[in-house]
Amino acid sequence: MTANTGRWIAKTYLGLVLVFLYLPIAIMILMAFNRSALYELPFVFDTVWFEALAKNDRLLTASFNSVVIAVVNAFIATTVGTLAALGLARYSFRGKRLLQLLLFPPITIPWLIIGTSMLVFFFWTGIGRGLHAILLGHVALSLPYVIVVVGARLASFGPQLEEAAATLGATPWQTLWRVTAPILAPGIMAAALFAFAVSFDQFVISYFLASPGTSTLPVEIYTSIRKGFTPEINAISSIIILVSMGLMMLVVRHFRFGGER
Amino acid sequence: MDATVRRRWAIAGLTGPAYLWLALTVFLPLSAMFYFSFLTAAPIGGREAAFTFEHYIAFFTKSVYWFNARRSLELGIHVTLLCVLIGYPAALVLAKQIRGRWREALFLLIILPFWSNALVRTFSWTMVLRGDGMIGRLINPLLPAGWEFDLLFTYPAIVIGLVHAYLPYAILTIYISLQAIDDSFIEAARSLGASKFKAFRRVTLPLSIPGVLAGVFLIFVPVIGSFMEPRILGGKNAIMLGPIIENQFVTAFNWPLGSALSFIMLGIVLLVLAIASPVLRRHLSVG
Repeated sequence: MTANTGRWIAKTYLGLVLVFLYLPIAIMILMAFNRSALYELPFVFDTVWFEALAKNDRLLTASFNSVVIAVVNAFIATTVGTLAALGLARYSFRGKRLLQLLLFPPITIPWLIIGTSMLVFFFWTGIGRGLHAILLGHVALSLPYVIVVVGARLASFGPQLEEAAATLGATPWQTLWRVTAPILAPGIMAAALFAFAVSFDQFVISYFLASPGTSTLPVEIYTSIRKGFTPEINAISSIIILVSMGLMMLVVRHFRFGGER
Repeated sequence: MDATVRRRWAIAGLTGPAYLWLALTVFLPLSAMFYFSFLTAAPIGGREAAFTFEHYIAFFTKSVYWFNARRSLELGIHVTLLCVLIGYPAALVLAKQIRGRWREALFLLIILPFWSNALVRTFSWTMVLRGDGMIGRLINPLLPAGWEFDLLFTYPAIVIGLVHAYLPYAILTIYISLQAIDDSFIEAARSLGASKFKAFRRVTLPLSIPGVLAGVFLIFVPVIGSFMEPRILGGKNAIMLGPIIENQFVTAFNWPLGSALSFIMLGIVLLVLAIASPVLRRHLSVG
């Protein structure tokens, strides 16, 4: 085997992996534009399912809920998480290691367990189910990511700049707004987009916390899939997948997660 | 106000909100669920509840739960193994064969699906795997009599969907550890007479084990806890711990049993980690 054939096999293999990763997504998007509701071939281009989607009030309301929750979640999680990242990065204190370790359970324990435990607790304490409960849960899942992303940005520049500002007579507020905030801005933006994506894509937690009648888009899609076939789901799913991929593309292309990538 | 007091207030003010939030939404709920798992009934709406071990005893005495737990473990092992077997060569090609802008672009293409909606990706497989889907319609006429391509609602469908969902994780973690290996190590082995394969087996592979283990951990845990993928792709074959737990909360409304099963699942995950931890510690501390 020559070096060239080896390289050719290697590249073909990588290509096949990519085909595996993108095949179902491509077929779904294709089917969203197929006139037949039953996946019949030959393929006939039609936007009939997107038109049906525009008249499906349940899906539209759920989409609206999803976007609102994702935006509010991004705002809260980024604010609260950035404060915590500042506290963890700029102070050393007893118990700091524990606080850092406590960020892991929300992202490593299976969502099924986190989601059902929230259901139990919220029901028990009277917080109840609904959009507010979903928001509470989403922020909890987003916080560790925000703290890690902003923390990485904070770690990429030491406290020296802030100390220099203080030495030159800046008040703590001036230092925060004139020195720390501008340097942190890309990290905060990335964290906010991350938090938006975490919330927008979150299904498991929302599923357990949704009250009958009000839900988010993934919950509505799941219910439709379980109930039976609705081709508008292809259309809305195609839109979602393009939106969430585009969003991540934005995060990766425009913001660096602290230091060099 | 003196400096230490002010410092303490600053720390509390900065970190307090985040950790209060996590306490209210993660740590208190987990504690509440642990408490519920020892009750005869959920103490909601004035119902009487007594202390009991019955749900935990049920798990160890009723074969149905054992069976499901075993299926969950098997699923976790199958998916994790496949992800590593498929992902390792891909990460190797990406880290050692492709350079420059192409590498960056391909890397992005591989991790991108991971950040898109998991539910929608799972759903998209139903269109590929069903007998009357696009692939089925194309290849079924070509298959010999008695053969039919219709994988939807089978165990392999669940495995395919989950491998698709977690493969980017495996590639990502293995790629990071492979990229950190200095190429001069491999060149040194080669110039000392090692064959290409031997250089890989004795140098590259051992040095990339931390990445493999990180991937294994990141895949195994969520797969054990999955319920949406088995439900959508497995249909009646979704005989696993995850769907059973979901059932207790959504349709059967036996919250104490569901809570106990959740903690048993958590216990299984921790047990597997404990068994693996000597290996993990050896490799991750060096790496």
